[in-house]
Amino acid sequence: MDSIRYIAGKEPHPRERRMIFRNVDREGWDTRFATYVADGGYLELRKALAMKPAEVTAEVRTSGLRGRGGAGFPTGVKWTFIPPDNTKPVYLICNADESEPGTFKDRYILHQDPHQLLEGMAIAAYAVGARKAFIYIREEFPDAARILEEAIDEAVRENILGENILGTEFSLEIIVHRGAGAYICGEETGLIESLEGKRPYPRIKPPYFPAALGLWMCPTIVNNVETLCHVKHVIAMGGSEYAAVGTRNNSGTRILCVSGDVVKPGYYEIEVGRMTLGELIDDVCGGMRPGRALKAVIPGGSSSKVLRGDETFTIRTPDGASSGLALRDIPLDFDTLAACGSMAGSGGVIVIDDSRSISWVLNNINAFYAHESCGQCTPCREGALWMRKITDRVVEGRGTPTDIDTLLSIAGQIEGRTICAFGEACAWPTQSFIHKFRDELTGATSEDNAAKASNPEAVAQRRYLAEAAAAGSAR
Amino acid sequence: MPPNPKPATPLDLPDELRQKIDAIVSRYPESPRAAVLMVLHSLQGRFGYISEDGIRWTAERLGLEPVKVLEVVSFYPGFHQHPVGRLHFRVCRTLSCAMAGSIELMEKLCELKGIDIKAMHGHRNPVLVSDDGEVSVEYAECLAACGFAPVCMVNHDTHEHLTADKAADLLGQYRAKSGETSAAH
Ligand SMILES: Cc1cc2nc3c(=O)[nH]c(=O)nc-3n(C[C@H](O)[C@H](O)[C@H](O)COP(=O)(O)O)c2cc1C
Ligand code: SF4
Ligand code: FES
Repeated sequence: MDSIRYIAGKEPHPRERRMIFRNVDREGWDTRFATYVADGGYLELRKALAMKPAEVTAEVRTSGLRGRGGAGFPTGVKWTFIPPDNTKPVYLICNADESEPGTFKDRYILHQDPHQLLEGMAIAAYAVGARKAFIYIREEFPDAARILEEAIDEAVRENILGENILGTEFSLEIIVHRGAGAYICGEETGLIESLEGKRPYPRIKPPYFPAALGLWMCPTIVNNVETLCHVKHVIAMGGSEYAAVGTRNNSGTRILCVSGDVVKPGYYEIEVGRMTLGELIDDVCGGMRPGRALKAVIPGGSSSKVLRGDETFTIRTPDGASSGLALRDIPLDFDTLAACGSMAGSGGVIVIDDSRSISWVLNNINAFYAHESCGQCTPCREGALWMRKITDRVVEGRGTPTDIDTLLSIAGQIEGRTICAFGEACAWPTQSFIHKFRDELTGATSEDNAAKASNPEAVAQRRYLAEAAAAGSAR
Repeated sequence: MPPNPKPATPLDLPDELRQKIDAIVSRYPESPRAAVLMVLHSLQGRFGYISEDGIRWTAERLGLEPVKVLEVVSFYPGFHQHPVGRLHFRVCRTLSCAMAGSIELMEKLCELKGIDIKAMHGHRNPVLVSDDGEVSVEYAECLAACGFAPVCMVNHDTHEHLTADKAADLLGQYRAKSGETSAAH
């Protein structure tokens, strides 16, 4: 490992532990098959093919690997959801739609280390019994789509993919499928509809859990790019050794994507739970911009609930006691962030300093969800747009204090009342920003606005009164 | 309607591209419909947008009602139903980029090309084309490079740290490049 050199200026931070991003920004590295194999690539596939599929799944379960796409669901457990009496074909889909705001990790795997992903996918496909797999990649990564197709062609020529891989009974075809610029295609059932050639309207669960009724109503396993890469390392290390990386129930490494108001934004691969939010911001990312203070952190992509810079959280420790935890002391894992009322989500950490107006930030997020709602469910389609329109007017100085409660009531009527989790994703920012920054948001509104001359309602009211008066005088 | 390898709707496609499309369709023996996004990408790659004939041709090729193709084209922001500029700018509008100045970048691009930015308002992220057809601009949602904001795509290329002060230079680079290629032809 010590022999690896990185491109000058792009060296990993000493606090990083690079497994998945080992080859990202690596000096002399390229995406060719030969480069990957010379570095020990595809040994884990050989190892897995010598095991029984169920043994591979068992290792992944033992490893405690949790999905890196957003929900953090245990990967090995997901794989066992394929009905045991299934006789239909099984499909594996790699979710390379990477579109949760604040998330930028899969991009670098896809562009710089395609064979790592292909190896992870081949192992996963073998474990779940898939003979055909898809990489659903967002349209905005055209170069990566080409790189992946070249990598697949090379792997087929080398008998790493295709028929009777490495002389075994196992065959696998991988197809690169490009999306077309819609966030909802990242939601796994929307993705499946999109792959089938339709509008990406998510399916209702139950009954359409992909592992049972997925692509073409066949059992389908959908995993994130980073998750599938981890599978390779689980096989390399063995499930129990992998489980020892990171912390209990939060195993392995994960890539954190830091953006916003820090000195050195970027991607950092850390052992899950072995670094605090404060260490990430102050040590790894070089702290806040000069002269600025931390105001808020969105810890897991824009859909995760915002945390306040000066907040203290009361959480229960495993032994049942409760303890107070300052924001900077939160260990970056799945469970603590959930206990603090937010989530680790997709690993996108957006840092916001005291130069930012909270109403402007919330409005930007609301505009995203208003644009990206697929439009299937009324609460989401209408509510997301109403929330955007209300924060629009708050930002423009036309909001009234009652707007804040209106926002809350709209968000509350979306959450839990929609087909897919986009509903929560668009309600949570509004709910959490109001919960944490109510005073600032209310301060951006004014009682006077209800009656301000420029307010459309006031204009309509004046016209009405004038017309009524004219009608009265004519009589 | 069965898929038809030789659609009746006329479309000016080179043989090479027709063969590429045949290869794409053959990857989806389970359902030709699944090939629709990939076929549309091929057409948009050739024509820059998806015309009505393109929709009909795709429908015939895959054995679908034309509306099944239209509903896809009209849903996805990645497909254009009208020609875009020779240089198509997609400026990321989402939080990390907006914090780093992507709104100012959009304003600058519009100013440089005399595009009326007021038409940019609303929640649909419209495509605006300059009068000379050289440049079109559009807001995109998070392009997944937020740590290196502001992020902007020009045709298929992604540019990071693209603040407004670099807009004129970037435009100049693309002009120089297209000058080179047209001189070479
Ligand atoms: C609105 C929405 C958008 C999503 N976008 C993505 C995405 O861009 N990439 C991704 O991997 N997962 C995304 N997910 C999560 C997927 O639905 C799915 O849970 C995930 O791909 C499973 O992979 P994992 O178990 O490996 O995490 C999204 C979910 C929702 C509700
Ligand atoms: S919640 Fe929103 S995004 Fe999800 S299916 Fe309903 S309308 Fe579509
Ligand atoms: S916010 Fe612009 S790339 Fe993510």
